Amino acid sequence: MRALLPAATLVLLLLGLPHAAPWFHAGWPSLSHPLYVRTSFVALTVSHLLLVVSATALATAIGLALGILATRPAGRSLLPTVRAVAVVGQTFPPVAVLAIAVPLLGFGAAPTFVALVLYGVLPVLGQTVAGLDAVPAAALHAADGMGYGRWRRLIDVELPLAAGPIMAGIRLSAIVSVGTATIGSAVGATTLGSPIVEGLVGNNTAYVVQGALLVGALALTVDGLLAMAARGVGR
Amino acid sequence: MIVFEHIRKEFGGRTVIDDVSLRVEEGEFFVLVGPSGSGKSTLLRMVNRLVTPDGGTVRVDGTDIATLSVEPLRRGIGYAIQSVGLFPHRTVGDNIATVPRLLGWTKAAIDERVEALLGLLHLDEPGMASRYPRTLSGGQQQRVGVARALAARPRIVLMDEPFGALDPLTRESLQVSLKAIQRETKTTILFVTHDMDEAFGLGDRVGLMLGGRLVQTGTPTELIRAPVDDVVREFVGGARARLRELALHPVAERVRPGDTCDGEPVDAAASLQDALGAMLSQGRDRLPVMRDGRRVGTIALSDMVERAP
Repeated sequence: MRALLPAATLVLLLLGLPHAAPWFHAGWPSLSHPLYVRTSFVALTVSHLLLVVSATALATAIGLALGILATRPAGRSLLPTVRAVAVVGQTFPPVAVLAIAVPLLGFGAAPTFVALVLYGVLPVLGQTVAGLDAVPAAALHAADGMGYGRWRRLIDVELPLAAGPIMAGIRLSAIVSVGTATIGSAVGATTLGSPIVEGLVGNNTAYVVQGALLVGALALTVDGLLAMAARGVGR
Repeated sequence: MIVFEHIRKEFGGRTVIDDVSLRVEEGEFFVLVGPSGSGKSTLLRMVNRLVTPDGGTVRVDGTDIATLSVEPLRRGIGYAIQSVGLFPHRTVGDNIATVPRLLGWTKAAIDERVEALLGLLHLDEPGMASRYPRTLSGGQQQRVGVARALAARPRIVLMDEPFGALDPLTRESLQVSLKAIQRETKTTILFVTHDMDEAFGLGDRVGLMLGGRLVQTGTPTELIRAPVDDVVREFVGGARARLRELALHPVAERVRPGDTCDGEPVDAAASLQDALGAMLSQGRDRLPVMRDGRRVGTIALSDMVERAP
């Protein structure tokens, strides 16, 4: 249910906005072109979503792998380093990451993707470590005593018991990505940030409103869907 | 059969097990008893290699377990612990099925085994198999823990204070269940406890551990009647140990057949301790004895003091 309302809103906006020119005319009479038409809203949303989904998927894979590694007996010594990197990483503003990535990767989706992945890893990593650390010691002791191998114990016992926190990390990562991807339009990525950036540059408040409405509805939709998935995983 | 040969273990320079040798026979219920820190759990965990000895050899059925690979060894040995360690994300049925799954049993065989174990451990109320551990009482959780340890029909089961956290009534009912199952299946059980009554009630033989040494091994009666030194005598309970001994013998051993007397009868299968309690509560020094609902004789207070052979 939590995902239904935002999703319905998003669909209504995508269907309705292209026909809403008269309203934006009424709202901002001084603008000659009050409706963003350079790229369709549907195309912007799809492109935005693709960027977020691919970046979150990669960030989840990296965050999970690092989190698992850092909680194995052999990787325990890495844990403080991993935590420190995670904290320091979070303090870099996304714009700074973009600024560094552009000279290396050029303009477009690539630097945005890199920034999203870097930002997305941190919550997943933190929650994976927290979740695996919180698995009851008695369950692990029993699993060892009954003859689970390391991998089997990880897959059958540890990850299912840590699934709740891990899903929360993935959800946070995805939400941050939806917002951060917007800034990517400043370096040439095609996202829902495009109307916002263009509106800000060209003093076109109507563009900014259109982009912001869609990003907001998309963020709530993604959050709602992942909350549903988390409930499914957490039983 | 489990054999410990000259086992030694140190933790951080402190000797926790000091040259322990012990032989647990096939089909025997052997209890290691001793205070906290006496090394009894450490010794137990060497059998499934959760702890590696610093010196000495552990043999299971004649094979030095250090030469076996760990996972198959552990899957072949049942293991139950005080904290139970049920998997909270799995149902009772799935918890019990853990080792059979690891061993690759067929689903039909697993289902049948789970069903049988639920019955064996008095967990057979409807819907039990599909409940989650957090919905069970402490006693029920430990019953599931014991069922899980027995699931793959291991010939050896290790139990580390499995009933330590339970209330006395629940503990007693689980002890009765476990003893009956062990007699029936002839499983070799190595059981650790700090509770003397539990040790004497369950063990065919008992090993008393103090400060990392196995100070005396023998049947409960041997430990009570012939302690090797004053420390053992004190630990076993001094003169009061004889009260414990009463719990080990059934009324049937001392019954005077044919006699009758007044009073609320005691069952022939009850312990002498129960009979003594009944005499105290009824204010009588002689009570009738029943077997299968029929009066078969009497038992008197003087019968508590064993007549010389």
